[in-house]
Amino acid sequence: MTPELVIIGILTSGIRLATPYLYAAIGETFGQRSGVLNLGVDGQMLLGAFAGFYVAFTTGSLELGLLAAILVGAVMGLAMAFVTVNLQAEQGISGIGFYLFGLGMSELLFKMLLGTVETVKGFPSLHIPFLGDIPVLGEIFFQHNVMVYGAFLLVPVAWFVLNKTTLGLKIHSVGENPEAADSLGVSVARIRYFTIILGGILSGVAGASLSIALLNVFQQNMTSGLGFIAVALVYFGAWRPWGVLAGALLFSMVNSLQLWMQVLNIPIPTEIAIMLPYILTIVVLVITVSRVRSPSALTKPFDRGE
Amino acid sequence: MTENKLPSGHTRIDTLELRGITKRFPGVLANDNVNFEVRSGEVHALLGENGAGKSTLMKILYGLYDPSDGEVFLNGKKITIESPTDAINHGIGMIHQHFMLVETLTVAENVALGLPSSRGFLTDLDKVSQRILELAEIYGLKIDPDAYIWQLSVGQQQRVEIIKALYRGAALLILDEPTAVLTPQEVDEFFIIMRQMVADGHALIFISHKLHEIMDICDRVTVLRDGAKVGTKNVSDITKSELANWMVGREVIMTRDLDEINRGPSRLTLENLACDSDRGTPALRDVSLKIHSGEILGLAGISGNGQRELAEAITGLREVTKGKVILEDEDITHFAPGKITERMLSYIPEERMRDGMIKNFTIAENMVLREHHISPFAEKGFLMLKTIARHSDDLIDKFGVKTPSRETKAGSLSGGNIQKVVLAREISRKPRVIVAAQPTRGLDVGATEYVHAQLLEQRRDGTAILMISEDLDEIMAISDRIAVICEGEIMGIVPRYEATPEKLGLMMAGVVPEEN
Repeated sequence: MTPELVIIGILTSGIRLATPYLYAAIGETFGQRSGVLNLGVDGQMLLGAFAGFYVAFTTGSLELGLLAAILVGAVMGLAMAFVTVNLQAEQGISGIGFYLFGLGMSELLFKMLLGTVETVKGFPSLHIPFLGDIPVLGEIFFQHNVMVYGAFLLVPVAWFVLNKTTLGLKIHSVGENPEAADSLGVSVARIRYFTIILGGILSGVAGASLSIALLNVFQQNMTSGLGFIAVALVYFGAWRPWGVLAGALLFSMVNSLQLWMQVLNIPIPTEIAIMLPYILTIVVLVITVSRVRSPSALTKPFDRGE
Repeated sequence: MTENKLPSGHTRIDTLELRGITKRFPGVLANDNVNFEVRSGEVHALLGENGAGKSTLMKILYGLYDPSDGEVFLNGKKITIESPTDAINHGIGMIHQHFMLVETLTVAENVALGLPSSRGFLTDLDKVSQRILELAEIYGLKIDPDAYIWQLSVGQQQRVEIIKALYRGAALLILDEPTAVLTPQEVDEFFIIMRQMVADGHALIFISHKLHEIMDICDRVTVLRDGAKVGTKNVSDITKSELANWMVGREVIMTRDLDEINRGPSRLTLENLACDSDRGTPALRDVSLKIHSGEILGLAGISGNGQRELAEAITGLREVTKGKVILEDEDITHFAPGKITERMLSYIPEERMRDGMIKNFTIAENMVLREHHISPFAEKGFLMLKTIARHSDDLIDKFGVKTPSRETKAGSLSGGNIQKVVLAREISRKPRVIVAAQPTRGLDVGATEYVHAQLLEQRRDGTAILMISEDLDEIMAISDRIAVICEGEIMGIVPRYEATPEKLGLMMAGVVPEEN
């Protein structure tokens, strides 16, 4: 294989692999901007991945599968919102609880309903006319499936909502100074319910993007911690969608690189190669996190104090 | 302009009346059948000590609390206020003591927050900015709509709060201790704005416990004590000391004459001290001070000009980057806090709830926090519980801490009583030097009087006291000399008898006094 082809290959699969990171991390960005840390992303993703796969596998409809993932994510988000907003639970701990629930539940459902690893035919590649025909660039960017495009489209949409709409202003204020927002008649609870449920939906979609668009199988713990990296990406991206995009691409490219290293039989132990993105997470976080300030009310429950 | 319109274009509130307001919290009657009335074109002061129920009453009026009983009448018509949105819709605005601003947003964004936009779900900040400039013009409030809140001074932030309320059509404004955070000059400017608003037909409710401000700016005053209304009077019919006695319910000592005390040698010397803030920027630059035995050196300044860092640098809680801290003859600059404690330096921290005690410990445990590990409170590593119990009972008695028992959790005490516990611990060990940071912040008149008396007694015993305070009245009341800090530098030191609020205010704003 020529070096050019290898580079194109790495870049193409890097773009593809950014998909789940993007959905999950953009969802998490909304939550954190409103002051809620959701550590249960990985669990929500696993349930979304299972629901998406199972419905697609049994009905043969990928669209229904995606819808199932959205519903499951929304229900998980609703539960998370209740625990966080109404019960004012410690977010770090309840998030881990939701993760473990998602992990265990997806495994249980897998054993009960499927039993063995099956495959589906995932969303097909969508060759975008004209753009997809550009040599090299077309192959890297414009010959992916619809869920990949959706993930990249989400970035400008999220940026727009957060920065140009009254809703974005409310989310920002609720995450920085909920007392101030409350005093102006903004419902802190309603905004946080919205962002947490949206986060759950996007986590569910992130999971489905693995099981019915990228890998097209469901396996136990198939995310292997991807959801946690998504949380880290939000810090890396300084709570901004474009920053999250940069982070997602960095990680997916490294991931793609290590996959290709295995394909090309470069003599590095597989375990070391697999570790690469995780080591990168820690290094990058250490370098970047002290740089920017997190939303002031992050992880703090809001109570009017009556 | 029609008769009942304000310059902002909104409808005037002629009268607003609270009738029979009662608010019960579990175990506490915060408001007990309170009547209160405010009219267009007046400043009505609401006066009372901490816990008298002023804030509760205003939170009810602003829809943050539901009253247990009582009614609200606007221009004679009964209304219900269930949320801040209701209050805003009725033309009631509130300037909170702690500003309700989102620091990472701009002025225009803060003003627009929570309001419907003329462009549906898109923001319309350009239109908001335009309206802000109009209002700023009418009311003489200079403000840049595009500035971020964190870039603004406290006085400017307050103007944003006022604009925010006016923008929402406030005809009645509740001002919750609005001058607590301002310099004397900023207070003057603020009063000009208030007078203008009143002249234009606004109704203002002014919450304060600074009596001279009430005498200055208010038309009527209503006093609350223990949740109940004591009465309402015209300010012109009452003197300042009558007002103080009325509020507290007994005679209050308003001014003290400091007895002549021979100043001893310098006990605490700071030489060219410098340190950094939490953000790593320089917080103190080249601070040199001497605090002598038998004197109180008051350190005045606007909040956030290096006062906290200075206290922490002296007590070993913050790394000193340059210069020296000398306690009597010993250089203690890079000593650990424990070693400095051993040398009999006591510290009354600004954040008494966070740094002054441990909320979940009992009063007895908090009383020995500093010396729990040494005799007589501990022998060979064992706590001497009987000694500790006796010691804390003594102090509770001597300092008049109001508590069910020494086993009560410190966190459940009121602010004044917590400060008494901290004072008792820090003073009873007979320190050589005391660093007292904001010793009476948030305390009411009675508790403040007590703390001052204690510090003065220490002064009489020859202790050197550095008192850091943002309250000029306090600084001028009990300091022998007054140093003023601005942006981490000492602007100058003036003896008490030469200090005036104007002079100190200029120094607080960074003006170095002319040498004479």
